Amino acid sequence: MFDLQPLEERIRTAAAARRPLRIRAGGSKDFYGGPLAGELLEVGALSGVTLCEPTELVLSARAGTPVAELERVLAAHGQMLAFEPPQFAGRATLGGAVASGLSGPRRVYCGAVRDFVLGVEVIDGRGERLSFGGKVIKNVAGFDVSRLMVGSLGTLGVLTEVTLKTVPRPRAECTLRFEMDQPKALESMRLWATRPLPLSATEWEDGVLHVRLSGAEAAVRAARQDLGGEIVDGAHNRWESVREQQLPFFTAARELWRVSLPVDSPPLPAAGPTLIEWGGSLRWLSGPQDGNALRTLAGRLGGHATLYRAPSKPPSGPFQPLSSAMLSVHKRLKAVFDPHGIFNRGRLYPDF
Amino acid sequence: MRHPIIERLRRALPAGAVLSSSEELKPYECDALTLYRQMPLAVALPADEAQVAAVLRLCHEAQVPVIARGAGTGLSGGATPRADAVLLSLARLSRIVGIEPLARTARVQPGVRNLAISEAAAPYNLYYAPDPSSQIACTIGGNVAENSGGVHCLKYGLTVHNVLALRVATLEGEVLEIGSAAPDAPGYDLLALLTGSEGLLGVVTEVTVRLIPKPQCARVVLAVFDDLAKAGRAVADVIAAGITPAGLEMMDRPTIAAVEPFVRAGYPLDAEAILLCESDGAPAEVEEEILHMESVLRGAGATECRVSRDEAERLRFWAGRKAAFPAMGALSPDYYCMDGSIPRRRLAAVLQAIREMEGRYGLRCTNVFHAGDGNLHPLILFDSNIADEVARAEAFGAEILELCVREGGSITGEHGVGMEKIDQMCVQFGSGELAVFHAVKHAFDERGLLNPGKAVPTLHRCAELGRLHVRGGQLPHPELPRF
Ligand SMILES: Cc1cc2nc3c(=O)[nH]c(=O)nc-3n(C[C@H](O)[C@H](O)[C@H](O)COP(=O)(O)OP(=O)(O)OC[C@H]3O[C@@H](n4cnc5c(N)ncnc54)[C@H](O)[C@@H]3O)c2cc1C
Repeated sequence: MFDLQPLEERIRTAAAARRPLRIRAGGSKDFYGGPLAGELLEVGALSGVTLCEPTELVLSARAGTPVAELERVLAAHGQMLAFEPPQFAGRATLGGAVASGLSGPRRVYCGAVRDFVLGVEVIDGRGERLSFGGKVIKNVAGFDVSRLMVGSLGTLGVLTEVTLKTVPRPRAECTLRFEMDQPKALESMRLWATRPLPLSATEWEDGVLHVRLSGAEAAVRAARQDLGGEIVDGAHNRWESVREQQLPFFTAARELWRVSLPVDSPPLPAAGPTLIEWGGSLRWLSGPQDGNALRTLAGRLGGHATLYRAPSKPPSGPFQPLSSAMLSVHKRLKAVFDPHGIFNRGRLYPDF
Repeated sequence: MRHPIIERLRRALPAGAVLSSSEELKPYECDALTLYRQMPLAVALPADEAQVAAVLRLCHEAQVPVIARGAGTGLSGGATPRADAVLLSLARLSRIVGIEPLARTARVQPGVRNLAISEAAAPYNLYYAPDPSSQIACTIGGNVAENSGGVHCLKYGLTVHNVLALRVATLEGEVLEIGSAAPDAPGYDLLALLTGSEGLLGVVTEVTVRLIPKPQCARVVLAVFDDLAKAGRAVADVIAAGITPAGLEMMDRPTIAAVEPFVRAGYPLDAEAILLCESDGAPAEVEEEILHMESVLRGAGATECRVSRDEAERLRFWAGRKAAFPAMGALSPDYYCMDGSIPRRRLAAVLQAIREMEGRYGLRCTNVFHAGDGNLHPLILFDSNIADEVARAEAFGAEILELCVREGGSITGEHGVGMEKIDQMCVQFGSGELAVFHAVKHAFDERGLLNPGKAVPTLHRCAELGRLHVRGGQLPHPELPRF
């Protein structure tokens, strides 16, 4: 058994002294979210798969387990993580994937991180060990605290173990390439999504749309004939680069905005290059933007804009501000789990 | 003497929107868990969000508890009234606000029936996937409050996977906009927190759901087993083979015997169990998958596999499953529907254990359930006119649920805790988790006026039952009232 006691004690001591802690495992997402404040609390050592039940499509692991390791274990059983979280050169961990809530190319077709979280073990801001959810697919007992942890960026507690639902790997996969301008690509992705096609990823950049089909052999074959386009060989690497944000578009040393919109939103006016994923609902904008104007526009369209990566962290925070009613709910929930405000202060919002 | 809140509600709402005479209140005295009955103080029937907020504000001011109610089809007593509480019916908020075929979303008021959403989306070849068996009656607001599931949730997810945004009125009458049609709304995932919160945190006044394209075709395999445990193992085998059926349901012998005369689906009356295993998708894909399913099911010991040849036959195979609950009425004056969930590989063992309990409690129990996701629905048959049968049925149910927890499962897969399973919450959770639930409740509803006494037991109650797990010898959240 892993001894969690030292971690609990460290948290209790910090809570008593009101000393902020900064939770970190692989450090692959140091760039993400607000400023990194507080004494370092390293949790990367909390590693290892604790339950692998391929016949149940369930996997539990300690939060510091690298995502890459989970994928290796699952691949041996013909399974995978449906939400394709980035592995960031092997440094991304399960806890970080859950805390950041960042999903990959399959997001809108198969589900997000939160859709596959079944249970969590967490140490709260009083140093108390708690367990929510479970290891079964269906469970509605108690409030869904497990999913509340997803995207909370460590502000509610230290995740120590997570249970996920896994999925079988698709039997067949095929990538198609189309030359299209942005409006046409958006329209095509939208129309295709209203039909029962085995779509599993879409990505548009610089006049080229890539579409991945995954599923049963027959379904992929039929969809391929139906959609047309040009078959891309060896597309696996391209999708890896999208998932890992390793395309030159992502690695340029410039501001990177991540704008999430309802799928029927028009093209955004952008100062620099745009890359589109998720059937049109994720728009990456590279280069400096008028942040306020972008947020206003995104909000008006029913979405939000995140300053995903920037040379320096902005004081207003990277995330779209909450309404005052929602902010006060957030503060009250923060106080439930972390009454002394010690975890990852300011990482999600400057207010807590 | 009439409670003053009744007059205040009358002034705030249109004529006829406040019920208070006993004839008027009678239809609201219970939900579908009819073991618990209680007349409410009054029933309020607001017609829009502003009126809902007004009811909540008035109740908050007067410190009168409020219980939201959709269609009252809940099976755990979530909408059971209290004598000191206003029952807030959402039935009149029954408008489909809009369908956006290109965005594949529907915005609806909470009182819209589950099936009405799919009906409204049908012209666009889209539908709303979660399909509780009660879908002709239950409301989307109730579905959100319970995180309801259905036959097709194995492949398409539960309510929580298919709802994009909510408008929620708080007890203070403020409206929160939660989630969005855009993926991954900023901040905490309040959408998940509110889904399945059983009306304890706020009242849902609008729901935006995701619609999905209708599959081109669907076929179902009816697999026959001469042994219940074999059928249980077949379920685990199907999942282990990497198949995700669109639905995978089980019916045991007594269920088959009860429904066959009703629906004439052609079920074999000598089978110990049948499985209905559905595949949907493109025609060639379905054909491929059906073959795979058949071979796994035969390998697991199915004595016969019938594959639906056309849509009419598919619907006939399903008809018995859909009619199972009403058909039970003919078998027994009363039945009690349990809802535990377990890992699928434990199905055979748990079904066996339930068989043994039947003898001990002297009551029959039939099984018709969502086998593919390990969600049991043992139906305990009893007669409330026989002196101790109610008590025996309740004890039988409690033992099944506690077994589910021991097997690594949950006391409720989709029906919610409500009033019914409140004691078993003390078995599934320790005091630390329960205290967090109370604190979360407190964060939304300081005075505990929203649906009090449901879903989360007081620590005091668990302690009295001798079931309080206290870690480290210390009660958590000492600052909170000790309930
Ligand atoms: C024959 C039958 C079959 C069933 N099959 C299934 C099934 O397959 N799967 C399944 O999951 N369930 C099933 N159920 C259970 C039930 O239908 C579901 O729980 C359903 O979601 C309840 O909806 P309702 O509108 O009837 O809610 P109600 O019973 O009126 O209320 C349920 C709970 O939700 C709360 N609530 C209602 N509306 C709101 C709102 N607007 N805001 C906040 N809280 C609210 C209530 O306070 C209560 O706690 C079945 C029930 C029956 C009778």
